[in-house]
Amino acid sequence: MNPLRRFLRTPEAIAGIVILAALFAVALAAPLFFPGDPQAIAGPALLPPFQDWSLPLGTDRLGRDMLAELFHGARTSLAVGLAAAAAALAVGAVIGTLAGFAGGLIDEVLMRITDAFQTVPAFLLALAFVSIVGPSLGVVVAAIALGAWTGPARVARAEVLSIRERDFVAGARVIGMHPLEIAFREVLPNALPPVLALSSVIVAAAILTEAALSFLGLGDPNRVTWGGMIAEGRAVLRTAPFLSIVPGIALVLTVLGVYLAGEGVVETTAVRRGLS
Amino acid sequence: MSRALTLLRRRLVGSIFVLLIVVIGTFLLLEAAPGDAVDAYIVSTGGDAGMIELLRHRWGLDQSELTRLANYLWALLHLDLGQSVTFSRPIRDVITERLPNTLLLMGSATALSFGLGSVLGIYAGARPGSVRDRFLSIGSLAVYAIPGFWLGLVLIIVFAVDLRWFPIGGIESIASARTGLDRAGDIARHLVLPVSALGFIYLALYLRMMRAGMAEVWRQDFVLAARARGLSRRRVVLAHVARNALLPLVTMLGLQSAQMLGGSVVIESVFSVPGLGRLAQEAVAARDTPLLLGIILVSAVLVVIINLLVDIAYAVLDPRVGANEAGA
Repeated sequence: MNPLRRFLRTPEAIAGIVILAALFAVALAAPLFFPGDPQAIAGPALLPPFQDWSLPLGTDRLGRDMLAELFHGARTSLAVGLAAAAAALAVGAVIGTLAGFAGGLIDEVLMRITDAFQTVPAFLLALAFVSIVGPSLGVVVAAIALGAWTGPARVARAEVLSIRERDFVAGARVIGMHPLEIAFREVLPNALPPVLALSSVIVAAAILTEAALSFLGLGDPNRVTWGGMIAEGRAVLRTAPFLSIVPGIALVLTVLGVYLAGEGVVETTAVRRGLS
Repeated sequence: MSRALTLLRRRLVGSIFVLLIVVIGTFLLLEAAPGDAVDAYIVSTGGDAGMIELLRHRWGLDQSELTRLANYLWALLHLDLGQSVTFSRPIRDVITERLPNTLLLMGSATALSFGLGSVLGIYAGARPGSVRDRFLSIGSLAVYAIPGFWLGLVLIIVFAVDLRWFPIGGIESIASARTGLDRAGDIARHLVLPVSALGFIYLALYLRMMRAGMAEVWRQDFVLAARARGLSRRRVVLAHVARNALLPLVTMLGLQSAQMLGGSVVIESVFSVPGLGRLAQEAVAARDTPLLLGIILVSAVLVVIINLLVDIAYAVLDPRVGANEAGA
C-alpha cells in the first residue's frame, strides 16, 4: 500500500488534511473574495451574525466585516506559523548538528545556551523581543522562533551523536572532506527525519504564540490577526461575545488541523518503519 | 539521601552557568532597547544636557560595555534589579509583591492538570484502543489546541457574565476587609476560572503523556508476567503499568514550568490577576524594559528552582537515578 493511502486510512488524518486544505484555500482566496483593506469600515457597527447576507458574520465595534477579517487573519496565522516553525527547525538543526558533531567545549557551550533558552519562558522572551525591537511581521516570526529552536536542536544533537560514529562518516574523513562539509552535507541530512517529526507541534505552538502576542497588542498593527480580533471583541464581551468567540474557533480548528495531520504523518512513517 | 545531594550539587553548578548566560542575554536586550535609565529618568523629572551628562557619569552609563556588564552582574549579586520608572520603586519590591499570586495560580493549575490529567490518562491507558481511549485521546488533542486566553474569555462569558457563579477577575474582593478563612475562600472563588483556563490546557498534555507511556509499558514482559501470576486487572493497571508510566510525567512537571509561566502572562491579563505575568504586560505597555527583563530573570531563577525540586523528587521516586555516582 502506498504511503498516501495508508495516511488516508485514519479518520483523524483525513480530518486534519481537510481542515488544513480548507484553511489554505481561505488564506489564498482572501484577496479574491475580499479585495481591498479588510480593516476598512464595511457597514453599521456591531451587526450580529446571520442578519445581513452581504455581511454574513456581522461587523465589529468599528463596523468592519468580520468574515473579511477572518479570511485575512488566516493568512497572517498561517504565514507566521509556517515561517517561525521553518526558522526554528533550521536554526535548531544547525546548532544541534554543530554541537553533536564538534563535541567537547563547543558542544558544552552550545548546550548550556540551549539550556538557558529553555529556562526563560519562551512567551516572556518573545514579549520582550517584540516590545524592544518593535512589532512587525518579521520581528514576530523571529521572536517566536527564538523560543522554539531548542527542541529541534536537542533532537538533532542526539541523532548526530549516533550518526557520527557510522562508517560513511569515517569514509568521508578518510577522503579528506572538511569537517564542516561532513557535518552539513553528510550528517545533517541523515539526522533530519526525527527533527522534522517535530514540525506539526512547532507550527501549532507558533500559531498559538502569535495569537497570544497579538491578543496582547504586540502583533503587526498593519495586519489582521485572529488574536487581535479576539482582543478587539473583549471590549464588548458582555453585549457581543461572538466577536471574540468566532476568531477563537478559527484558531482552535487551525491548530487542531495541524495536530491531526501531524499525528497522521507520524503514524504513517512509524508503520512504514515497523514494516521494513 | 546522599544520592540526591550529589545529584543536586551537580545540577546546581550547571544551573549557575545557565543563569549566567540568561543574565548576559538580558543585558544584551537591555542594551538593544532604545534609551537608557537616564532617558527614562529625565522624562519624568526634566533636565538639560548637562544634567543628563552628569547622571550618565554617576550611574556608570558612560563606561565601556564590559564594565557595565560587570556592574550589572555586581548589582544582581546584591539582588538589586534596578529601579522601575513606571512604579518609581525598586524592581525587586514590585516583583516580590506580585510573585505570590503567580505562584498560587501556577501551583493550583499544576495540581489540577497533573492530578486530573494523570487520572484520566490512567483511565484511557487502562484499555488502549478502546472507545473511551479514542474519545479521550481525540478530546485531549482538541483541548490542547485551545488558546488559553480564549478559553479564559469563554469561561468569563459563561460562568461570570451569564451564570454569575464566579467573579469576572481580580484576586480578591476589593476593600472587603475579610480575614482568615473568609479571605481564603474569597481568593479561592476568584481563582477558579483562571486556574481552570490555565490548567485545562496542560491537563491534556499530562493525559496524553500518561496514556502514551502506559501503551508502551503494556507491551513489556513484566506486565505479561504480572498477568500470568493472576493479579487482578485493577492491580496490574495501577501498581504495574501506571506506576511505571508515571515517572516521565514528573520530569514534564519541571519542563513545562517555563511554559506555564509564559502562559500565565495572558491568563493573568485576561482575569486581571495582579501577578508576575500581568506585571510583564504592564511593563510592555509602559515600555519599562528594565522591569520586563527583571521579570524574565526572576522567572528563569524560578524555573531553575522548580527543576531542581523535580530532580530531587525524581531521585527519591526512582532508585536507579544517580545510583552509579553514589557508588563511585
